[in-house]
Amino acid sequence: MAIISVRDLVVEYDGRRVLDGLNLDIKQGEVMVLLGGSGSGKSTLLRQILGLARPRSGSISIKGTDITRCSQAELNKTRRAMGVAFQGGALFNSLSVKENVALNLREHTRLAPSIIDLMVWTKLSVVGLAQFGDLYPQELSGGMKKRAAVARALALDPEILVLDEPSAGLDPIVAGELDELILFLKDALQITALVVTHELPSAFRIADRIAMLFDGKLLAVGTKEEIQASQDPNVKIFLNRTAENPVHAPAMAAYLEQYVQNQGAKS
Amino acid sequence: MANILEITGKRTLNYLEYLGSLNVQLWATLRAMRAALPLVGNRHRWRAAVHQMLDIGVNALPMVALLAMCSGFILAMQGASELRRFGALRFVVDLVAVGFTREMGPLLTAIAVSGRSGSAFAAEIGTMTVTEEIDALKVMAFEPVEFVLAPKYLAAMVAVPCLTIVSNFFGILAGGLFMLFSTHLALPLYFHYVMSSIQLRDLAMGMLKSLAFATIVAQVGCLEGFRVHGGGDAVGRSATTAVVRSTFLVIVADAVFTTIFYFIGKV
Repeated sequence: MAIISVRDLVVEYDGRRVLDGLNLDIKQGEVMVLLGGSGSGKSTLLRQILGLARPRSGSISIKGTDITRCSQAELNKTRRAMGVAFQGGALFNSLSVKENVALNLREHTRLAPSIIDLMVWTKLSVVGLAQFGDLYPQELSGGMKKRAAVARALALDPEILVLDEPSAGLDPIVAGELDELILFLKDALQITALVVTHELPSAFRIADRIAMLFDGKLLAVGTKEEIQASQDPNVKIFLNRTAENPVHAPAMAAYLEQYVQNQGAKS
Repeated sequence: MANILEITGKRTLNYLEYLGSLNVQLWATLRAMRAALPLVGNRHRWRAAVHQMLDIGVNALPMVALLAMCSGFILAMQGASELRRFGALRFVVDLVAVGFTREMGPLLTAIAVSGRSGSAFAAEIGTMTVTEEIDALKVMAFEPVEFVLAPKYLAAMVAVPCLTIVSNFFGILAGGLFMLFSTHLALPLYFHYVMSSIQLRDLAMGMLKSLAFATIVAQVGCLEGFRVHGGGDAVGRSATTAVVRSTFLVIVADAVFTTIFYFIGKV
């Protein structure tokens, strides 16, 4: 049974079709990596799954609730089963790291403050930030911010963890640590994870299955091996990192030469 | 010709759309206000509201007081130079007292608050929009209007009338100092004249105006913040737009109110 299932999703911005009849199923307990270049529509798909935007047509059901048609109250209920770590962390700047993690617990549960403190400490320890709880987001490094965002996403023990570009803007070592963290969470908490990324090494390290997005359509969905064995030219282009529109050096030189000659003829 | 019509139509529609979204936001805020109230609401929102009250009100006190003193002096001196020719210097008292309670106090305060806090609201919420903090609030099942806007609006509704009273006092005090130095009118006597020249109605009108101005400044500031698209430069622009638009709307509203009160007063 799929925990998230996207059916015939169509999204348009100003008449431009960004997602075109997309179908995707994410199973309970798997790490699904959404891979795609810039402009492939992966951020748009993510916003749809989080219920931040409404599609033109199609449906998205999360744990059996169709979030494109349900009421705000039902949407909020569904959202409590999801933890989201945004690309830049999106930590609240006016709150310390501890308070950021505690926010959800403090407002959505009736737990005693001492229990909340303990839970916050646990979550921060999981991401290795236990001794940094009193710092403010602006005092953290990029990698720490992302880890703090993961801790906040884990606050309510969600069934689904959504990570937007966890390794973007990080050096390879920190990015690698974050990958290990995701694998650890999957093993320890049997969490379902949806990870959006364009980093190939990270994707192949953590994924159970990969969904490859190109131009608003899914090119391929499958395990790492299936993706690597794919014969689709666009998948190959992405995996081999060949440029789609390479700069044609001879043509450029010819153009320049002609330009110089024209200028010479004028003077 | 068609082009001019087209532009005019487009601009008009844009303004109507803006006023419409301002209205929608105002109603949404009023619905969410309960959460920000003390005792019956959420204590975290109330705490945020108190913080905002201190920032909008207490921190603006010196500036508003000085502004009111200067304007009081200006009003008294300009009035005196004309009234002296008729030997009616005593009416400077009425001019300053009635002018401040009905008009200058609320208007000056609104403009000062719009410059200090309206722009700050826009910048704060704009930054939250750009850094995906608003999206993070939504996916954490918080209502941004309730979480961010309601405390600010409540704070403005409390702090602006208080500031208006302070501004009235200092404006009238400046008029008294002018009378003391120019005609040796003792301050206690001056305040006695002031009390006999203003009525409760004048004060009530001023307070009503200041509530309306607080609404405009807070709502315009927050709306500009929520409408930010793009990066850091858009945040800066939103702060400027917030000040320009709220000042403009405050003066228009002032004209409307004054007209209404004028005709009510005549009957």
